[in-house]
Parts: sequence; structure tokens; C-alpha cells
Amino acid sequence: MTKPQKNSAAGWRPLLISGPAVLWLTVFFFLPLATIVGISFFSRSDYGEITRPLTFENYQRLVGFGFLGFDLLYPGILLRSLALGAGTAALCLLAALPLAFFIARLGRCKNIALTLVVIPFWTNLLIRTYAWQIILSPESPVTRALHWLDVGAAGEALYPGWLALSLGMVCDYLPFMVLPLYASVEKIDWSLAEAAMDLGAGRFQVFRHAVWPQILPGALAGIILVLLPATGQFVIPDLLGGAKTAMLGNAVQQQFTQNRDWPFGSAISVVALALVLFGLWLYRRKNGGKEIELA
Amino acid sequence: MKPPGKLLRGTALLLYFFLYAPIIVVVIFSFNAARYGVGWTGFTTKWYAALADNPLALTAAKNTLVLAATSTLIATALGTMLGYGLKRFYFPGQKFFQSVLHIPVFIPDIVMAIALLMFYELAHHWLGWFELGLTTMILAHVTFQIPFVAIIIQARLAGLDPALEEAARDLGANEWQTFRRITLPLIFPGILAGAMLAFTLSLDDFVVSFFTSGPGSQTLPILIYSSVKRGLTPDINALATLMILASLAATLALTLLQRKKAVHK
Repeated sequence: MTKPQKNSAAGWRPLLISGPAVLWLTVFFFLPLATIVGISFFSRSDYGEITRPLTFENYQRLVGFGFLGFDLLYPGILLRSLALGAGTAALCLLAALPLAFFIARLGRCKNIALTLVVIPFWTNLLIRTYAWQIILSPESPVTRALHWLDVGAAGEALYPGWLALSLGMVCDYLPFMVLPLYASVEKIDWSLAEAAMDLGAGRFQVFRHAVWPQILPGALAGIILVLLPATGQFVIPDLLGGAKTAMLGNAVQQQFTQNRDWPFGSAISVVALALVLFGLWLYRRKNGGKEIELA
Repeated sequence: MKPPGKLLRGTALLLYFFLYAPIIVVVIFSFNAARYGVGWTGFTTKWYAALADNPLALTAAKNTLVLAATSTLIATALGTMLGYGLKRFYFPGQKFFQSVLHIPVFIPDIVMAIALLMFYELAHHWLGWFELGLTTMILAHVTFQIPFVAIIIQARLAGLDPALEEAARDLGANEWQTFRRITLPLIFPGILAGAMLAFTLSLDDFVVSFFTSGPGSQTLPILIYSSVKRGLTPDINALATLMILASLAATLALTLLQRKKAVHK
């Protein structure tokens, strides 16, 4: 507790300053979240309304116990979304490493090179995503070159599918990985690498034991920044992935548009939310109780 | 550190090209004469002219700007106050609130959209409040903007030299004067950066807008999404190019602003 305040105004002033935003987020963020947690335990009436009885059925369906016996559809979607998030994070890390080292080694152009990475992030995600439909359409040179390499069927577009989905995801999330990674790369103490080399370590050993541990915090922050939003992505799988690669986000959308099953859609949302909270909690634990730095 | 070698330089260039490929493609094809498909049939600017006569696009543009401007104004005020309050004052539940402030940032936007939609629907059902439309969209946008603004303000406050505020107090300034004359000018670049980010987030948002919009409150991202779903049309490329230009201008402004901040330090 703080020391007792001499000034009687100090008691209500903090509430006056933080209060409006706290109230706003409570009403328009935490209350709605509580609402979907509540709805997720209700049933759906034949007309698509929320009704009693209270049930765990929505969650049972999610782990595979549907009304028609064991059904792998939703566990599959759950695993696929996690795989998409993890795969995107891994590919982004792989692509961000050379970029981060490249930028760190530039002289005066550093800031320009870094800004060039950030600019795409400021442009609309929807636009950057549908552009891949143009790039991977049947007539485009890229598609023809890939057809020549035996990727995809001749004369057909390369979307929807996993290739288009991966390209779109990595392209959209790469800036989120480069920024924290670069922050770590720039702070590397190269005398450690030199010491390792003097002691006879090979190039890989130097990277593995003298460089990697130093950039690990940045990599971890980047992984969280990519993994969490990527797992719940809706637009990119919707435009580039197609029905075969339906993800958590698409499943949620379907329950609220076509199926009109609000309780089940809420249950899927609650699981997606739980995954995010788990990720944040895990990161905090690994990071010595500190939040991820965003600014 | 030694300058990048050939291999590293080549890889980095390829990755930059990969990052910019979608943007370049959209801009190029906004000048393509072909009505259907993506074969190049000649240079034209007719899609830009067509845009000016498209009432749907004009209404969507107006809605987008009203939504972004209103929500940014509210969120910047509330977010700045929250960032300052959390950093400088103690109140019950403050620690808890500080640690949950990151949840809105990381939550999948579709989950937030659905939660708000359900909340609006139930409130409408029972109380008759929150008819879906521009107002519900503004309320939703402010909600995801506040945490970003607050986090930026907190970072800015953390980098402040406490001696400056102490000096003001030692010279007899009261709390309000200290804030008004010392703290506010010092965190002002942070407030501007926060507002700029909030504005961009609003312009960029499709998912939350899509689920909280009503009839007549279509925005540009919603328009683009429905066009893409129906099959690409070339005038959407023209619209997208204009939006890309707008964000480029905003990024440039923000970069210059931050450079000024760096000089300040």
C-alpha cells in the first residue's frame, strides 16, 4: 500500500484521471468478453436463438465429441490453427534473421532500412492480402514460373491453398518479427563471438553458443508477436486459404453468419482467447514477470 | 561492425522485394486497362475517374474518415489519461489493470468483434440500446485504440527525466501547473505518435468494423472485402492505391516526428 495521503484530493484524483478509460474498457471490452464466456454455456434453439439448458456440449464438440459420435472436424481446426501460427512464426524468424543482421550492419542507412520494413505494416492488411490473389492468378508470370517447376496444376491459380496462405501470412507478419529481433541484434556484444572464435569454435558453434543466446529475448518477443495474432487470423485464411484450410477465425465467423449458432461460436472464441492468455502468461513467466515491450 | 557481405545483401534485397511485392502489384494493376482478369492490356487512368463517380466508394470513404477521426480523438484523450494515471498514481486494482492492458492488444480481432457483437445484440434485445451502425463502430474502435495509446504514453513517461518535474515543484508549481507546463509538452510527441497509430489502426481495421457495422455504415475495408469476395474489380485496385498513398504519407510524417524526438534527447 502507498503512504497515507496528506492531500485529501489525492484520493479521488487518480480515479478521475484513469477512471474514464478503465470504465470504458470494462464496459466495452471485459463485459463483452464475459458475455461470450456466458453464452458459450447455453444451447442453440432450432431458430438459432440462445436458449437453455446450460451445457458443456459446445466445448465437448470442440474437442471432438459431437452429437454424431467422435468427430475430428473441430479438433482438426484447433490443431491446424496452432500449426499455422507456429509455422508462420518459424518462417518469419528464418526470414527476419538475415534482415535483422543486414540492417544492423548498415552504417548511416540503418534507420531508412528499418523504416522500409515498417512501411508495409502501416498499409492495409486486406490490400496486401488480396494482392497475393493477383500474384498467384493463372495468368501471372509468377504462377507460370511455378507451374514450370511443377508446382500446382497448369492453367490453374495457386490460391486457395497452403502455399498462398503461407506466403500471405509470412509477408504480413514479417515486420512484427524483424523489429524486436533487430533490437536484440543491434545490442550484441561481438567480443563474445571473437572470444569463441579464438578458442577454436566453428562458425555454427559461434552462432549457437555466443550469438544466439544474446538475440534470444528478441526472438522470443517476436515469436509471441507473430504466433498469437497469427493463430487467430481470419482475413488471410479466408482470402488465401480456402475451405480446406479453415482456421479458428473462419470457424467463428461461420457460426455467426451461416450456421447462426452463437453459443458454439462463442465457445470457439473463448478457446481462442484462452490460447492467447496462456501464451501471454507463458511469456511473462519466461521473461522474469515482465510484460512484452511494445513501445 | 563490418558491412554486410554479398550473400547477406542479396538475401535481404530479396526479402525486401517479397515485403513490397503485394503493394507494387496493386499499384501497377490499378493502371491496367483490362476489365476482367489480370492480363495486361494497356495503361489507363479510367479506374480512378470511375472511383469519383462511385457513390458507394464515396460514402465508404466518408464513413471511414468519420469513424477514424472520431474514435482517434476519444481514444487519444482517454488513452493519454490512462497512461499517465497508471504511471503516476496509485489506485485500487491498478496493478491488475496494468497487467490486463495487454490483452486487447493481443486478442484475435475476430474474438473481440464477436464479443462486442454479442454484447450489442443482448443490450439491444433487453434495453433497446446500441443499434448497429457508425456509433457502435466508433465505440468498438475506441476500445481497441485505448490500450495502444496508453502503452505508448507510458513508454514516453518512463523515458522522462524525473528531475524536470521535481525542479518545477521545487520552484513552487502545483501539480496541475507541473503537468501543463512540463510533463505535457515533454510527452506531446508520444501523444501525437499514439494518435497516429490509433488513426491507422482504425483505417486498417476490417474485422471489428465488419461485425459491428449496420446498414449504411460501410467503410472502405468492408467495401474492398466484399468486392474481393465477389471477384476482383480493377477500380478496387485504384481505391487500394489511394489508401496505400495515404498510409505512406502518414508513415513519413510519423518517421519525421520520431526523428525530431531523437534530436530532442
